[in-house]
Amino acid sequence: MSALRQIAFYGKGGIGKSTTSQNTIAALAEMGQRVMIVGCDPKADSTRLILNAKAQQTVLQMAADAGSVEDLELEDVLRVGQGGVACVESGGPEPGVGCAGRGVITSINFLEENGAYEDQDYIVYDVLGDVVCGGFAMPIRENKAQEIYIVMSGEMMALYAANNISRGILKYATTGSVRLGGLICNSRQTDLEIELAEAMAAKLGTTLIHFVPRDNIVQHAELRRQTVIQYDPESKQANEYRTLAKNIHENKGNGVIPTPISMDELEEMLMEFGILKSDEEMIAELEAKEAAQKEALEVA
Amino acid sequence: MPQSVEKLKDHVKLFHEPEYADMLRDKRENFECPHPEDTVREISEWSKTEEYQEKNLARKSLVVNPAKACQPLGAVFAASGFEGTLSFVHGSQGCVAYYRSHLSRHFKEPASAVSSSMTEDAAVFGGLNNMIDGLANAHSLYEPKMIAVSTTCMAEVIGDDLNAFIATSKEKGSVPQDFPVPFAHTPAFQGSHVNGYDNMLKGILTNFWEQAERTPGTAINIIPGFDGFCVGNNRELKRILDLMDVEATIVADPSDVYDTPSDGEFRMYDGGTTIEETKAALNAKATLSLQEYCTKKTLAYASGKDQETASLHYPMGVEATDEMLMKISELSGKPIPDELVLERGRLVDAMTDSMSIAHGKTFAVFGDPDFVYGMCRYLMEMGAEPRHALATNGTKPWAKKMKALLESNPYGQKCEVWQGKDLWHMRSLLNTAPVDFLIGSSHGKYLERDTGTPLIRLSFPIFDRHHHHRFPTWGYQGGLQVLVRILDKILDTVDDDTNEAGVTDISFDLTR
Repeated sequence: MSALRQIAFYGKGGIGKSTTSQNTIAALAEMGQRVMIVGCDPKADSTRLILNAKAQQTVLQMAADAGSVEDLELEDVLRVGQGGVACVESGGPEPGVGCAGRGVITSINFLEENGAYEDQDYIVYDVLGDVVCGGFAMPIRENKAQEIYIVMSGEMMALYAANNISRGILKYATTGSVRLGGLICNSRQTDLEIELAEAMAAKLGTTLIHFVPRDNIVQHAELRRQTVIQYDPESKQANEYRTLAKNIHENKGNGVIPTPISMDELEEMLMEFGILKSDEEMIAELEAKEAAQKEALEVA
Repeated sequence: MPQSVEKLKDHVKLFHEPEYADMLRDKRENFECPHPEDTVREISEWSKTEEYQEKNLARKSLVVNPAKACQPLGAVFAASGFEGTLSFVHGSQGCVAYYRSHLSRHFKEPASAVSSSMTEDAAVFGGLNNMIDGLANAHSLYEPKMIAVSTTCMAEVIGDDLNAFIATSKEKGSVPQDFPVPFAHTPAFQGSHVNGYDNMLKGILTNFWEQAERTPGTAINIIPGFDGFCVGNNRELKRILDLMDVEATIVADPSDVYDTPSDGEFRMYDGGTTIEETKAALNAKATLSLQEYCTKKTLAYASGKDQETASLHYPMGVEATDEMLMKISELSGKPIPDELVLERGRLVDAMTDSMSIAHGKTFAVFGDPDFVYGMCRYLMEMGAEPRHALATNGTKPWAKKMKALLESNPYGQKCEVWQGKDLWHMRSLLNTAPVDFLIGSSHGKYLERDTGTPLIRLSFPIFDRHHHHRFPTWGYQGGLQVLVRILDKILDTVDDDTNEAGVTDISFDLTR
């Protein structure tokens, strides 16, 4: 058996992390890899497409029902989905109460202590939006995920989030072995998207692992609670995910310590691509607009 | 009666004086809106019924007087067993005051530990700066040889990563790069002090063993586990090992630091397993744990380093001591010396002499899982009958093992195992299914008062009796101490029951 490989998907909320990760995992499973998903999002939607079912029972909900996490058994929380992929959802509190970050810590400790990681080739953590607190950094602590893949797009906030996550990784990379595996661009069909994604990857000192084009088939599959690999294995999009899975599989050990940039640098980069206008440009535009309005008033 | 310098009353008597009795009664009646006395009596009686017990045992969302402490207490205790080691608890300050006072009140010795004193800002921004400054201060002020870091709830909830924090602190020069700073995550809201002990011990061993090369040797490691009687027990253990001429390291031995002499010198650190011994312990042939439930992870770690491992459950009494000695003999290849065989014979003789006293007496036992196991086992050897065996921090596997033990012995047939229950449950049990005696810690004194069950203090913590922990309860000698403690209590009770002149004193015998 090859050594256990642990990776994590991070990225801005709503970017399509869970969709991308589950499609990639389905492709990895197709390649014969034994994979386990650890969903680290209170929404518990990291395993829906693999299980073909609504959010599964979460570790934390079951622990709360049982009284404490010590009363849980592994089989209570582990489900096996498409392609033999083992699925666990950490879960967490309702929005606005409690501490979801602590939930991630509790769940991961529970899984490790109960031997959930034995007999797997891959452990994949799917982590919510931003690394907002120490708990969501749990998957990047020492001896957890070795490589982080950031799902992003050509939108400014997605780039901003990618940069922020890199800062989180940097904190841990200097004292530990976690590395940035690369960026995955989940296309939103914005202007110059692939160029921007590549430029961002270069700034962060990493590479663009794959550019996943936008295709409605993903939505079709998702409505049926399926991955594209399952819904339409012959489709072009399925092959895109296969390429992504292959790229990740071959990227083993190629992770880097990221070089996040400042907010100013990020804005400068966006300006270079004409996505963000400079202050001067914006003032000129505003003045022109005001002048036109004034003119219109005078005419009236 | 006013106090005067010539005739001072201490508080035990002072508050019985009429002026205080009146004052306290007035306060109660005028300001505390008390229920009428007969209502109080009625409810008090009701709380002793089967009906109440049923409700009490069905209780889910409330714990009343749990017989356990939190993880960091166990971590601080484990760390105190190493030479020159300062416990550094990462989190807020009050927690550390609790561990220190808890240990101090039991051992009647100072217990030193420091806190990273996290406040509001650290809760928001993470406690890295507290770690950096704290380690630097602790290192320069208290000159330890090792700093063992554990965590309070606060640091755990916000997810501070000790591994990364300590590495960063070393980079920033808080302590030298090669200075040992082992650590353990010890969330207090999970498990109990026995898990904290396990986590810290594993953390310390990992610190010294992980990068080192193992050269298998012949020595053995012995881990005593979390034990309130460690002062007497570890010394007894050393005596036994010397008698057997066994090359052994007691891993985590706080027997000296919790029993420092008054000779004019303050010892913040004293004795303990040395750093060299800890390093060398990697090469041991085997690691033997005397308390399995305190060392699950540590033993798994040792086993992963190709050491043979074995575990016992608090070696108290004849059979448990036999088992310990035979295990040590098997692992070390050294025979059990005649002297110990003699001691065994003497203990068996003492037990036989007093057999009629202990025989058939019923007991309730509470405490840590290993203690409860060892205690019940020994009670049955005396011919006494355990009826309630309760461990708030007992696990399901513990309960299973307990039941197997009790079923194997005719004296254990009527005993119920109460896993995860607390002392308020025990109160119900003592009311509905009374026993002759209760064995546990000082916390049992309220049960003694409420239910009239005499308490024998044999576990941790003992705050209200002094120095018992300086005498062993392990080995044949320890077994003798325990036997005497139990017999004394039984015979005192018999005397109390027969001492009314002309009424009950027909059995107030000089010879018993």
